[in-house]
Amino acid sequence: MSAISLRDVTKLWGNARAVDSVSFEAAAGRFLVLLGPSGCGKSTTLRLIAGLEQLSSGRICIGDADVTGLPPARRRVSMVFQSYALFPHLSVAENIVFGLRVRDVAPRERGERLAKVAALLGLTELLERKPSQLSGGQQQRVALGRAIIAQTPVCLMDEPLSNLDAQLRQEMRREIRALQQKLGITMIYVTHDQTEAMTMADQVVLLRDGHVEQDGTPDELYGRPATVFAARFIGTPPMNVLAGVPGAGEGRLLGVRPEDVRLGVEGLPGTVESVEYLGADSIVSCRVGGQPFNVRVARHASAAPGEAVRLSWNTDAVHLFDAQTGKRMERATALAQKVA
Amino acid sequence: MNRASAQAQIHGWLLLLPAAALLALFTHYPALATLWHSFYSSPKGGRPALWVGLDNYRGMVEDPVFWQVLGNNLWFAAGTIPVSIALALLMAVWVNGKIAGRGFLRLAYFTPTVLPMIAVANIWLFFYTPTYGLLEQFTVDLLGLPSHNWLGTKSTVLACLIVVTIWKEAGFFMIFYLAALQAIPPSLGEAAAIEGAGRWYYFRRVTFPLLMPTTLFVLVNAVINSFRLVDHIVVMTRGGPDNASSLLLYYIYDVGFKFWDSAYASTLTMVLLAILGTTALLQFGFLERRIHYR
Repeated sequence: MSAISLRDVTKLWGNARAVDSVSFEAAAGRFLVLLGPSGCGKSTTLRLIAGLEQLSSGRICIGDADVTGLPPARRRVSMVFQSYALFPHLSVAENIVFGLRVRDVAPRERGERLAKVAALLGLTELLERKPSQLSGGQQQRVALGRAIIAQTPVCLMDEPLSNLDAQLRQEMRREIRALQQKLGITMIYVTHDQTEAMTMADQVVLLRDGHVEQDGTPDELYGRPATVFAARFIGTPPMNVLAGVPGAGEGRLLGVRPEDVRLGVEGLPGTVESVEYLGADSIVSCRVGGQPFNVRVARHASAAPGEAVRLSWNTDAVHLFDAQTGKRMERATALAQKVA
Repeated sequence: MNRASAQAQIHGWLLLLPAAALLALFTHYPALATLWHSFYSSPKGGRPALWVGLDNYRGMVEDPVFWQVLGNNLWFAAGTIPVSIALALLMAVWVNGKIAGRGFLRLAYFTPTVLPMIAVANIWLFFYTPTYGLLEQFTVDLLGLPSHNWLGTKSTVLACLIVVTIWKEAGFFMIFYLAALQAIPPSLGEAAAIEGAGRWYYFRRVTFPLLMPTTLFVLVNAVINSFRLVDHIVVMTRGGPDNASSLLLYYIYDVGFKFWDSAYASTLTMVLLAILGTTALLQFGFLERRIHYR
């Protein structure tokens, strides 16, 4: 229940299609991440769900209700903005209960809910402060508090962690995920950071140029990318995609993830260009027939720049894509075509 | 203090010097000199200024024109300040919205500020002219009301000046409000919209409090302006009829440069300075503590 579904949602800015017939569904209580590079329409999609923008065509349902034409306040959603959108002149407490005051919730209930939310987010000591007296992470928590005190079944988040430093981002990632599961909220979370998508999501909708590139679990996106774009967007370093190598065939691209490649004495010849040591592993950047190719090696890599190496991998690690459309080709169909 | 920091000090003072010298020469010294002059009699040909102590102030308290002018000025301030500020805020909120011809509207509201005061006063002089002025064309020709000399009657002249001033000031203050409104991030409005706050609620709880620094600034300016208006009066009424439209600064001008009673003019100036100083102190002292600065 209380799923969100988008059907053929389109948003035009003049002639540009910012969101181009996007459809997806999120089951109740799921953590859905809208992922994509900047300008792919993910924030616009979120704003369409929130009702902050009007859609050009299509339908949005939240729960059983068609909310396509409803104003934001009647969609029963809460939202956390990238800039947090805290009211700078109001105290933390007043910021959190802002919506409750608008809806004339009785002072007693307001106080109880505030105390509960503040305790949940560790804000109890800070309630009298102004937002400018808080750190970035604390401001983030206040914005979260304002969203969850509304007790709406759906919460929308627009790149909420992009203003935090790396350490804090990791902490907040875990915290938001735990909170979402504890409260059973359906979350739509916009980000351009594939790590956030991989670590937090139940379901990832990858967007590109306003359309859905792939919709699936993090596992599916990583393990069976539907397109070359999906393959290269997710994973650091991205999947190696090569044209014109043995095993690919005419009109096909061969993809293989850096961690599936072995450096050895047999296989495809290449030249080492540089080695990045990351601690647990190293990334060896090579060139194969003029194309860049990354290999992930455990611990220190013994290879040195300029060295000739040979690269090999297991056949089940190979992803095949159509060179024209960029679409994934199943190995079975690819083989069948080869035989024919 | 080591040499480097001494040099930095000298540099700092040198940079401040031109502005400080001008301020001292044209503001601080004249203010003190005026205070000094207010304790002397006016020098007349062959009769030098004499120390008279508080005699000028005693004379002022007994001067009925002074009280009338002061009363006029208070009415004038009460009539212009709240209305022009409210109007400025209203117009700013309106032209800040997404409406067609927004740029044109902004320009239109700002025009009164750009026009020279003398020209403005002359235009309004024509508006108020009995029988064929714009106002009379409306009230007499259209509504059939009896003709009325708007600027020549004691009961209406001050109200007429108040209208001109509001018209002149509201557009100017609007620009400050507009700048402040545009500094408020739109995401605040969106966050409030998602919480279900209506436009009025949002204005009352968010926009207006965030505009308070601007309101204070505008208020200080409005108060100062209401006590230093002369040019409209010079062109339109010369303080008449029977001092009904004379304001403090215009009276000072009359006393000082028409009656050549410079000592009494100095005394009146001290009153003006005291009024402005007190209001500025009150405004900054009281309001500032309640204002949120971003």
